[in-house]
Amino acid sequence: MRIRAHPIIDFKKRKELPFYFQKKKIVGEEGDTIASALHAAGVRTLTTSLKYESPRGFFCGIGKCSSCLMRVNGVPNVRTCIAPLEEGIQVEMQEKLAELPDADFFGEPKKNIDVDVLIVGAGPAGLCAAIESAMQGVSVLIVDENQRVGGQLIKQTHKFFGSKQERAGTRGIDIAKELEDDLRKLESERKISVMTDATVIGCYESDKKYRFGVVERCDYKSVLYDVRCNAVILACGAMENMLLFLGNDLPGVYGAGAVQTLMNVYGVMPGKRVLMVGAGNVGLIVSYQLLQAGIVVDRIVEAAPSIGGYNVHAAKLRRCGVLIQTSHSIKEVCGEKKVEGAVLVRLDVNWKPIKDSEEYIKCDTICLAVGLTPSTRLLSQIGVHLDYIPEAGGYVAPHDESMQTSVKGVYVAGDASGIEEASTAMIEGKIAGLAAAIQLGGSRNKKLLAQYREELGQLRAGPFGEKPRIAKEKIAKLAEVRHASV
Amino acid sequence: MRQYEKTGILSIKDLQAPSKKQFEKGVAILECVQEIPCNPCVDSCPVHAISMKDINAPPVNDFEKCIGCTKCVGVCPGLAIFVIKIKANTAWITLPYEFVTVPKVGDVVQALDRIGKVRGKALVKKVVKYGKTMVVTIEVNSSLAMSIRNIKV
Repeated sequence: MRIRAHPIIDFKKRKELPFYFQKKKIVGEEGDTIASALHAAGVRTLTTSLKYESPRGFFCGIGKCSSCLMRVNGVPNVRTCIAPLEEGIQVEMQEKLAELPDADFFGEPKKNIDVDVLIVGAGPAGLCAAIESAMQGVSVLIVDENQRVGGQLIKQTHKFFGSKQERAGTRGIDIAKELEDDLRKLESERKISVMTDATVIGCYESDKKYRFGVVERCDYKSVLYDVRCNAVILACGAMENMLLFLGNDLPGVYGAGAVQTLMNVYGVMPGKRVLMVGAGNVGLIVSYQLLQAGIVVDRIVEAAPSIGGYNVHAAKLRRCGVLIQTSHSIKEVCGEKKVEGAVLVRLDVNWKPIKDSEEYIKCDTICLAVGLTPSTRLLSQIGVHLDYIPEAGGYVAPHDESMQTSVKGVYVAGDASGIEEASTAMIEGKIAGLAAAIQLGGSRNKKLLAQYREELGQLRAGPFGEKPRIAKEKIAKLAEVRHASV
Repeated sequence: MRQYEKTGILSIKDLQAPSKKQFEKGVAILECVQEIPCNPCVDSCPVHAISMKDINAPPVNDFEKCIGCTKCVGVCPGLAIFVIKIKANTAWITLPYEFVTVPKVGDVVQALDRIGKVRGKALVKKVVKYGKTMVVTIEVNSSLAMSIRNIKV
């Protein structure tokens, strides 16, 4: 089902794009991904478990997990949650492991690109890094897996917090537009090259410069680029966490961010009645946005004894009549082929389920807002030191105050460097972009660098900044050790 | 742990309390009590009534200076500011609203409290567009002035 009326987003009727799912004709809309078009048509099951017979739908909705792999025009393992829908394509479910097709994978020979700074990921951190580097006069290539730049900003319909410098009071979707305008201007001046629908697949042997393979998708096939650069900024974001409970792989159990993408980017309703698991800011914000899209939120359950997100977000939901139950969690999902309900359970002070406290509720969608894990696989492949820091969300790269990792010329920014807010990601991006430009001799503006660090410190000063503050202190300490050993 | 950290619901005790006289001219109630990094309300205030020790401190409204102009209502990213004006038995509540069905002046809508419970009817007196946020002024009985925080159209 499509969302046609919305208080914040103008969902215009778009051009219809007919395509085929299991040989049956379905009509999607221009701008859809394959998965969003299927979901709008009521198709939630996209694949089956490799090990069991259980059906699977997508989970992350942003190309990070492999829960939506399908065969498109004979090409297997297409991530349908980010693959653009095109007219007339044949979409099929795969039988367990896909067959290697008799197809030409690399349709065109590889192309070479030479650039000062490569930026991986065009979310808030990556965009700010690209703009900052390019303004200092170094050449930039920015690569993103999605059709559009903006990362997760393009689904943030709420107004951002912070101060004027971080565009407080502006909605995330509008910040994405402003950043894209800046990016496109620099692109038209040939200071930045932008590649969307493309993945940086790895770092390769090279004599002088860093060498990366970049795969651009075209007609669900790939074109390989050989990219050489002097510095690289990894702003690859993060992935939503899964939670352990019976039936957690049933179609209809989604990451809260995935649901936010589906409704706020593609205008597709995730379901009719939603259970939200997790009352941090993501859980609270997405719940409110579900209400704005005309979807019922049955309640929010939170395992912790208190609400983790801002009270202002919780208060908005409460005055709409949405219940928030702390010290409660989900025990199991009910339903055979799809979500039909859930069993909730009350937890004691030690977070253990209380006997006979189970309650059944009816719902067709379950959203998990139980934290994020930094995406660090590329960092690891490059050979950057990684350490486990729970406050940062998992393994992260120790980095200095210029966002440089243990490998010279390799920088991190945003959620990939430790889970935090978009506002801090933007400043970290600016720092990394400026520091890389300084390192390459494009700038000497160390004063500006100090100013950005000061802004970052202010944002982390309050009690809600405690966790990232601890994480970043640990990271700084480890960086001293790691960098000294290089 | 404070009660609102468990429930999400603020009580009047958590908030600054204006005097009867201050209510009569109309003042902004800032339902933002936690230390979060946010300050657009400070910048929005034309008479510098709203202040903050630093960006993380909760905002404080100087009710003597506040003129109840409602500018901060549409600005607040947390949708947490309400302007209350009370005269005799009537109260006017100005609140932020971000749903599809926008009320019109003269409509009678349902008045909801902080837990979304319908507490009576409200007459819509004014609707101002601030970007995509609607700033709606409703009229209710003065006994409900500090209870009603939402409407259902």
